[in-house]
Amino acid sequence: MRKVAVIGAGMTRFVRRALETPKELSWEAARMALESCELTMDDIDAVCFGTAPDAFDGVHMNGEYASDGAGGWRKPFMRSYVGGGTGVFVPIQGWYHVASGMFDVVLVVAEEKMSSYYPHAQAAFLTIFDHTTERPLGPNLLWIFALEMNRYMSTYGLKKEDIARVAVLHKRNAAAHPCALLGDANITVEDVLNSEVLAWPVQRLDVSPVSDGAVAIVLAAEHVAKRLTDKPVWIEGVGWHLDTAYWTNRDLVYPRYVEYAARMAYEMAGIKEPRKEIHIAEPYDPFDYKALHHLEGLQLAPRGRAIELYLDGTAERDGDLPICPSGGLLGVGNPIAAAGLMKIAELFWQLRGEAGERQVPGNPRRGVAQAWGDLMQVGTVVVMGR
Amino acid sequence: MSDRVAIVGVGWSGFRPKTPDLSYKELMYEAAVRAYADAGVDPRRDVDSFVTVAEDFIEGTSIFDEYVPDQLGAALKPVHTITGDGLHGLATGVMLIRSGIARVVVVEGHSKASNLLTPDTILAYAQDPVLNRPLRLNTHFVAGMEMHRYLYESGTTREQCAAVVVKNRRNALRNPLAAYGADLSLEEVLFGPPLAWPLGKRETAATTDGAIVMVLAAEEVARALRQDPIWIRGIGWCNDSPSLESREWGNLPYIQEAAQMAYQQAGLRDPWNEVDVAEIDDTYAYKELQTLEALGFCGYGEAGSLLESGAFDLDGELPVNPSGGSLGVGHMLDATGLMRTLEAVFQLRGEAGAHQVEGAEVALVQSWRGVPTTSGAVAILSN
Repeated sequence: MRKVAVIGAGMTRFVRRALETPKELSWEAARMALESCELTMDDIDAVCFGTAPDAFDGVHMNGEYASDGAGGWRKPFMRSYVGGGTGVFVPIQGWYHVASGMFDVVLVVAEEKMSSYYPHAQAAFLTIFDHTTERPLGPNLLWIFALEMNRYMSTYGLKKEDIARVAVLHKRNAAAHPCALLGDANITVEDVLNSEVLAWPVQRLDVSPVSDGAVAIVLAAEHVAKRLTDKPVWIEGVGWHLDTAYWTNRDLVYPRYVEYAARMAYEMAGIKEPRKEIHIAEPYDPFDYKALHHLEGLQLAPRGRAIELYLDGTAERDGDLPICPSGGLLGVGNPIAAAGLMKIAELFWQLRGEAGERQVPGNPRRGVAQAWGDLMQVGTVVVMGR
Repeated sequence: MSDRVAIVGVGWSGFRPKTPDLSYKELMYEAAVRAYADAGVDPRRDVDSFVTVAEDFIEGTSIFDEYVPDQLGAALKPVHTITGDGLHGLATGVMLIRSGIARVVVVEGHSKASNLLTPDTILAYAQDPVLNRPLRLNTHFVAGMEMHRYLYESGTTREQCAAVVVKNRRNALRNPLAAYGADLSLEEVLFGPPLAWPLGKRETAATTDGAIVMVLAAEEVARALRQDPIWIRGIGWCNDSPSLESREWGNLPYIQEAAQMAYQQAGLRDPWNEVDVAEIDDTYAYKELQTLEALGFCGYGEAGSLLESGAFDLDGELPVNPSGGSLGVGHMLDATGLMRTLEAVFQLRGEAGAHQVEGAEVALVQSWRGVPTTSGAVAILSN
């Protein structure tokens, strides 16, 4: 198995409504990633692209449309797709492009523009449900996550004021991120608990915002990476698993698909005790309870007890296991595919000691990023180390 | 390629222009069961990774990836979707195996084209939303313009393009899977209804429903599973400019580059003499000629007269689309690349029956994602 390194990263600001087209957002991030490792498109052998449903942009074959913006002009270009898990899947796609020996340097771009959808991107999600059994009920994502959050809270007896601390920590972390949409250094648990109820128990500040943005990274094979940078960050493990489409038949209390994906990535990375061997975690956090859910799936906390990481300070930037030092989706924003790749970029900067104000102390050596998507169904996991 | 990857099982369901009795899940299930039986694998036990090719708007479901795992036996397994042609899916399977993360990979593609009530409206959403879509043109105009430019630059004639239809639909009469076999005269094609001048409706492939599943395996597994694995010796893919305003119209640079990538991996220097059978794009009749030239089988503008000389007939020097191609079998949307690969596997196994090309050892498969894209892929297979 060839070793693959991340050698460059770039991202646009995450904003509510970008004036740029998806092509322009993609190129802005791609150019920054290329400049960060002093490469040009001439050095790129292939391009991998990620973006979530075509319905957001209202463009059929959205990958083809955005391909030149992402650098896929006269290049091998492919778009991969696992719903919300896409952001952490595209780097896996880039990884197998390089690990297969077919390409040495690959550009990975994830872009999302949700603001084009009128009046609100949430409506695009009406069409993700089963056309026969579910769509006639007119479900939306907030409802089904309310179901899941309820199930999680009632099974383990968790309190809303505890779960709100996840949102508070992530949004506070995001205050130090120059690209963040909802960073807030002074937010409190009360602010979250007093925010508008969307679908009980989900309140507005429990949820990440709809946003526009793009992120790009450059991957290189070992022999190239060592020539181009003194500080390569290796992709040590990758994993992904997709559960059944019949989500209504599953117990929503535990994301088994995340566990399987994590075990696949840990095995590849040779990790036996994740809690001890991983120094930074970027679990997927579109909702505050989801971060907890995923920390348990990632085997970083026992079932029902991930909240303790937040209550005892472990999750803080200077804690024993910093969680979402970037600010996560809750703080930086959630342009679906781009948000997942943002976590990979964050690990890249953190592990190189280039995260600036967000830098986790103690020279962290290894991190894990994870995303989740489809119908509460897919887990995608990447372990990175230096 | 050093780490060899083989196709060890193929399965299909269909192909029929309409399948009101089957859902896409049933089509996929039938194809998968056949492929697993053909390969002798159990999806739950033996398959490490699954890849499907699909596009949301075609399926009528956002994030279609959700509805893939169950009917493939892939629930709670590594599964992902590539929004590309079946050959992109195949290339992904090859990369997964060569990376070492999987030893057995399943690739799936399907077409439930008969469910599309307004296919042209959906296709219009693939046009640039700012520059092209406001013109409200049927997307086939892109093919009409390209054909016009190709005829002008290469000197190919409309009659030569029409002859592709006659050849492919006659070949289809020998293929039990083909839906559009017919014995047409050149005049019937030429004087059929127009679609986008100079392109006629009879020079455009009609759609068909079906599903195709393939099982790929690393060399040591492939040899253990069967005597006659079909090797993927090279696979390449490439995109040109998506924008109509800045692409080339007479040539297919992306097919040239994809072919070079595949040829290099396969160590192929002289496609005309080294390839025994080709299954290539004929979504529109002129495409077959334009593509043959881009693949390097002949010089620019030469494919038309070679076709007229019978070189591409079933018993010619280089049989092209012995299956009947998309014109004869029916166009299967993004499963098209897999449909062509399926035919190549039949040919290389010697299982093609009435349309068998005698002694076929090396097959070339090529596919294009259709208007308005410039996305194509090429694969070289051998037995």
